[in-house]
Amino acid sequence: MLIKLKVFRFDPEKEEKPTYQTFEIEADPMDRLLDCLNRIHWEQDPTLSFRMSCGHGVCGSDGMRINGICGLACQKLVKSFKEEVLIEPLPVFKVVKDLVVDLGPFFEKYNSIKPYLTTKTSPPDQERKQSPEEHKIFEEAIRCILCACCTASCPVNQNKETEGYVGPAALVRAFRYLFDSRDEASKERVALLDQKDGAWGCQTLWKCTEVCPKEIPVTKQIGRIKKRIYDAR
Amino acid sequence: MITQHDIVIVGAGLAGLRAAVECVNQADVAVVSKVFPTRSHSGAAQGGITASLGNEEEDHWEWHLFDTVKGSDYLGDQDAVEIMVRDAPRVIYELEHMGVPFSRTPEGKIAQRNFGGHTRDYGKKPVKRACYAADRTGRVALDTLYDQCLRHQVKFYSENYVLSLVFDGKRCAGVVTYNLATGELHLLQAKAVLLATGGCGRIYKTTSNGFASTGDGIHLAYQSGIPLEDMEFIQFHPTGLYPLGILVSEAARGEGGFLRNRLGERFMERYAPMVKDLAARDVVSRAILTEIREGKGISGRGYVHLDLTHLGEEKIQERLWEIASFVRIYLGIDPVYDPIPVQPTCHYVMGGIPTDVDGRVLMDEKGTIAQGLFAAGECACVSVHGANRLGCNSLLDLLVFGRRSGLAMKQAISKVEHGTLTKDSLRATEEKIKKFFNVRGKEKIGEIRQRIQLLMMEKGSVFRNEEGLKKGIEEIRSLMEHYKNIGAVDKRKAFNFELMEAMELGHQLSLSEVILFSALHRRESRGAHYREDFPVRADRYFLKHTLVFQTPKGPDIRYKPVKITRFQPEARVY
Repeated sequence: MLIKLKVFRFDPEKEEKPTYQTFEIEADPMDRLLDCLNRIHWEQDPTLSFRMSCGHGVCGSDGMRINGICGLACQKLVKSFKEEVLIEPLPVFKVVKDLVVDLGPFFEKYNSIKPYLTTKTSPPDQERKQSPEEHKIFEEAIRCILCACCTASCPVNQNKETEGYVGPAALVRAFRYLFDSRDEASKERVALLDQKDGAWGCQTLWKCTEVCPKEIPVTKQIGRIKKRIYDAR
Repeated sequence: MITQHDIVIVGAGLAGLRAAVECVNQADVAVVSKVFPTRSHSGAAQGGITASLGNEEEDHWEWHLFDTVKGSDYLGDQDAVEIMVRDAPRVIYELEHMGVPFSRTPEGKIAQRNFGGHTRDYGKKPVKRACYAADRTGRVALDTLYDQCLRHQVKFYSENYVLSLVFDGKRCAGVVTYNLATGELHLLQAKAVLLATGGCGRIYKTTSNGFASTGDGIHLAYQSGIPLEDMEFIQFHPTGLYPLGILVSEAARGEGGFLRNRLGERFMERYAPMVKDLAARDVVSRAILTEIREGKGISGRGYVHLDLTHLGEEKIQERLWEIASFVRIYLGIDPVYDPIPVQPTCHYVMGGIPTDVDGRVLMDEKGTIAQGLFAAGECACVSVHGANRLGCNSLLDLLVFGRRSGLAMKQAISKVEHGTLTKDSLRATEEKIKKFFNVRGKEKIGEIRQRIQLLMMEKGSVFRNEEGLKKGIEEIRSLMEHYKNIGAVDKRKAFNFELMEAMELGHQLSLSEVILFSALHRRESRGAHYREDFPVRADRYFLKHTLVFQTPKGPDIRYKPVKITRFQPEARVY
């Protein structure tokens, strides 16, 4: 089938304003949108820039706004679109070139929640024990691939006045460690999250949950963090 | 610009990050990666990491050793394999202590599952040896190691592409990188350089590998005068999702799934009577393609069915969530109710840069050490996988030898001072880039790449023969001529992926030649290398490692012996 991709183009080095360019390609209905972008890049216009790596929704490179909704280009098939698809970079972040955005601030926020297991007791000779039930609590959270679709879709992050909010992706990782039975720093974690721009930045607007390519119940997990903060008071 | 570090690690997958974590508090370490670290391809590993923990049933490292040697079709160096399997439990516990969220047994221990070729009591029946986190083991291990690197403030050069290795006399003394965001070149001077750049699966059209798996590090070493070992051994994973080639983990069969042909027959019973669907990957891939050749593919087409419908929704949701989601997204069917169409897909290169058991790169068949240069992970060949790697032994390889390389580098740098590198090496690379930007070439990168990928599927995949290999080499050499005429359309600096793709293409072309050349000269069938014209293993002539050297006249082949300690070669039956 013939498909048109209307693609956001911008080179801040040379251009003052972004433009939109429409490409037409013959695609198989089962092709991924990423395949279409690659064919444009390889066959029609090598100057089109976008990130990609694994091509099947594991690495998290190709998050972008597709017909207004953030998602992974490698997870969307041509057959699910009518003839024209609008492709734009993730909102919230600064555009570096075309569909490539600066994720520096995203990873700074991620780093700010101390995303690593913190223990005070020395480990046993073998594994630290954890029951399947304890593991299950955070199992959905470990699906996160840091694609940034949730944070880019969050109206709080999109709002200039509240853009300091740490964002749903960082909170999912915070949840993962806070609710890991092996972690021994829950007091510090709770203090870190009990901030205006921490868990309380979330206004329960559900956009993150709607777009998550790995079907993580993001909003619910943030809710559980809030409850944990209350319980600790 | 020139910046000095004690240690420069190229590649931010599990091997690179494990090495970084090992060195970070005692040396100034920098990690260079062409993608953002968590996008590295280790993250696509699904099924698990092997270790004889015995959490689910009796197991011993001796059994693991035997299985790995047998899996390698006796080409693995047994001293190295022994180091790996004996170290495995420690490596797993260490990862668990770092925070890897393994799935658990009812007693709260790390859960383990069956995997192809892993058996109890020297081949008697399958054993549960693969430690897993559902079917996202690689991803969570990568995330955990990345998180550890953040904690220890490892310096990352993300989205920086290495264009060349820099030598100070004979010593490797750094790398030249190209910053994808700015287009600037940067000389990173180092006392030790670790190549941990992964595999080259993207040489083939059907592959489970990500777009970044173009063999850059392997070829950079080859260009620098390092031979490449055992490159004829390319693993095709039996179950790639049809037609995309996306990996469907062996865990699916480990959890009880099986393969069926057009007649609904469980055909693996004929090929591997003892362990059936859990035979080694080379055996299963050949079986699938034999069925297809005999017209027993589904609807007579190029795939068979992987049937999980008897496992039940709960088990699939809990243990195989990721692959179930791939099947739903890319094929629109539900593996709970529908069998999955699968075909063999290029997955892993057993060969690579020859190293000793501490990651030191070896320059020849005598084992001369290349000063300052280390390699670990898929780009390296220790060799622990020989002619065929067993499932879940790759993550183990990355972690064991990533760590050992880290230790060896820490030791090596204590005796070395930074030399005086001039900007010459930077200039040489600058010239190369300038040339690329100035050529008004007619040839298109995408077209040449497509031709390589089709050619390698046809002549250099699961079934090979002399005529095809010779023809393949000829065609690759002709494509190399075309390659000289590629030029840049994109002249801008920020995120100009065209330049990187052009360099990758050069690596892919040259490695294709090495693969076909090595395969042509191995006139026997062993592990993943199957010659239709020489269908049996010939230990008398070929129980040896291939080494291919780059010379002005083209590739030159030499051999070195296999280290055999405990297990003499036997017939390999599953």
